[in-house]
Amino acid sequence: MAGTWGRFNVVALALGFAFLYLPIVLLVIYSFNESRLVTVWAGFSTKWYVAMLNNRGLMDAAWVTARVAFLSATVATVLGTMAAVALTRYTRFRGRLLFSGIVFAPLVMPEVITGLSLLLLFVAINFDRGFATVTIAHITFSMCFVAVVVQSRLITFDRSLEEAALDLGATPVKAFFQVTLPVILPAVIAGWMLAFTLSLDDLVIASFTSGPGATTLPMKIYSQVRLGVTPEINAVSTVLIAIVAVGVVVASLANKRQDVLRQREAGGE
Amino acid sequence: MARLFSMIGSRFVIAVPYLWLLVFFLVPFFIVFKISLSQTAIAMPPYLPVFGLEEGGSGFVRNLRDLSFENYLWLFEDALYVNAYLSSLVIAAVSTLLTLLVGYPIAYGMARAPAGLRPLLLMLVILPFWTSFLIRVYAWIGILKPEGLLNQFLAFLGIIDQPLVILNTTSAVYIGIVYSYLPFMVLPLYAALEKMDYSLIEAAQDLGCPPLAAFWKITFPLSLPGVVAGCMLVFIPAVGEFVIPDLLGGSRTLMIGKTLWDEFFFNRDWPVSSAVAVVLLLILVVPIAYFQRAQARAREQES
Repeated sequence: MAGTWGRFNVVALALGFAFLYLPIVLLVIYSFNESRLVTVWAGFSTKWYVAMLNNRGLMDAAWVTARVAFLSATVATVLGTMAAVALTRYTRFRGRLLFSGIVFAPLVMPEVITGLSLLLLFVAINFDRGFATVTIAHITFSMCFVAVVVQSRLITFDRSLEEAALDLGATPVKAFFQVTLPVILPAVIAGWMLAFTLSLDDLVIASFTSGPGATTLPMKIYSQVRLGVTPEINAVSTVLIAIVAVGVVVASLANKRQDVLRQREAGGE
Repeated sequence: MARLFSMIGSRFVIAVPYLWLLVFFLVPFFIVFKISLSQTAIAMPPYLPVFGLEEGGSGFVRNLRDLSFENYLWLFEDALYVNAYLSSLVIAAVSTLLTLLVGYPIAYGMARAPAGLRPLLLMLVILPFWTSFLIRVYAWIGILKPEGLLNQFLAFLGIIDQPLVILNTTSAVYIGIVYSYLPFMVLPLYAALEKMDYSLIEAAQDLGCPPLAAFWKITFPLSLPGVVAGCMLVFIPAVGEFVIPDLLGGSRTLMIGKTLWDEFFFNRDWPVSSAVAVVLLLILVVPIAYFQRAQARAREQES
C-alpha cells in the first residue's frame, strides 16, 4: 500500500493538513492563556471563558445569531430543496435558463455586492432594517447552497422508484414525501447544516442588511477585533469551532450508520 | 384530476423559489444600477430619487434627464478606484495560482490514498470550511504579528534576528486567501483526480516515460476540469474579498471590496458605492458565465 501511495503523497498531506489546522489549534490553545497578550503564554486559565459569558453585548449578539441562523437555515432548506427539484425534474419551462442562472450566481457573487444590493432593496421599499432583513438576506444566499447540495443527490436518484409510486396511484406530493424525500434526506440535512453555518459565519451581508438591535455575533467579533486582539475573542471562537466540529462529526457518523443499515437491508433481502 | 394536481404542484415548486430569487436577488441589482445613476445627497437615504413612480409619466421623463453617468466618470477619473480594481485582479490571480500550487499536492495525495482512508481525509479538508471564515482569518493575526507566533518561532530557530513584517502587507493577504479558500480548490481537484484511471500512468511508465513527464502529459491534462473549477471558485470571490484585506492587509492594501465598504460605511456615498458594485459585477460577469457553463456541462455529463 505504501508503495502505491508513496512518500511524496504522505508528506504533501501532512504539510497540507498542518497548514489547515495549525492556526485553528493555536487559536484554541491561546484561548486558555492567563495573559491578556494573545501571543505570550503565561499559564493555563479559563478566565476568558468567564469574561465571555459575562459580556452582555457578546451574549446578546450570540442569541440574535442563533435565531437568525436557525430560522434562515430552515426556510432556505425548504426553498433550496424546491429549487433543486424544479431544476432536476422539470427540464423544460419558461425562464429555466434564468432560473438556473440566479440559483448558481449567488454561490460566487462577492458578498459586498449581495449585501449592498439587498440593503438598497430594503431602503427602496421602506422596510425597516433589523432581524427580519438579516434573515431574508441569509435565506437568499444560503438557499442556493442548499439547492446545489440537494441537486447533486437528486441527479443520482433512481427516478423509476418515484414513477412506480405514481403508477400505483400516489399523488405527486405523496410520492415526494414517501419515496423521494427519505432517499435525499441526508443531502437535505447537510444542506440545512451548511445554511446554518453560512448564516452563523456571515459578516459582510449582515453588516449591510442589519439594523439597530440586530447585531450578529460576527459583527460583534469584527468590531472587537478591529479594536485589538483579545483572548476573549479566542474563547468565543473556540466555542463556535467546538459546536461546528461536533455537529459535523455527529452528522457524518449518523450518515455512515444509515449507509451501514441500508447495506444490511439490501444484503438481507 | 391527478394530472391537474401535478400541474399545480409543479408550478408551485418552480414558482416559489423562482419568485424569491427574482425579488431578493435579481431586482436588487436593478436598484443598485438605478442608484448608481443618481446623485449623492445629504439625507436619508443619501441619494436623490431617480425614477419615482409616484409622479407618473411626466416625472419619469424629467427623471430620465436627471440620470447621470457622473459616478462612473468619477470612478475612471480618480486613480484610487482604477488602482483598486487592478490590484484586486492581480491579488486574486496571484493567490489563485498559489492556492493551486498548495492545493494540487494535497488533492493528489488524497486521491492516491488507500480507499478506506479517503472519506476521513475528505472530511478533514471540509471541516475547516465549516468553521467560521472570520475566525480563521482572525487566527492569522496572532501568527503574523511582528511579535506573533511565527516570528517567535523563527527567532527561536535562529533564522531571523529582526521580526519579519508580514501583517498589514500584501503577503499577509496572499496567505489569508490561500488559507481560507484552500478547500474550494482541493475539493474539485480531488473529484477530478479520484476519477482518473491510474493504469494510464503505469502504462506510460512501462513504456519508459519518466514520472514527471507522465504527470504533465497524462495526470495534469486529465485533471484540467478540476483545475478550472477550483481556480474559478477561488478567483471570483477573491476579487471582491473584504474581510481578508481589511484584517490582514492593513491600510496600504488596495482591494475593491474594501473600497466599496469604506465608500458605503465611512463616506456614506451610496451612489458611488453602487457604481463601484456595478463595475465590479461587469468585470466578474465573464468568469462567472464561463464557470456556470463549465458547471452545467459537467452536470449534464454526470446525469
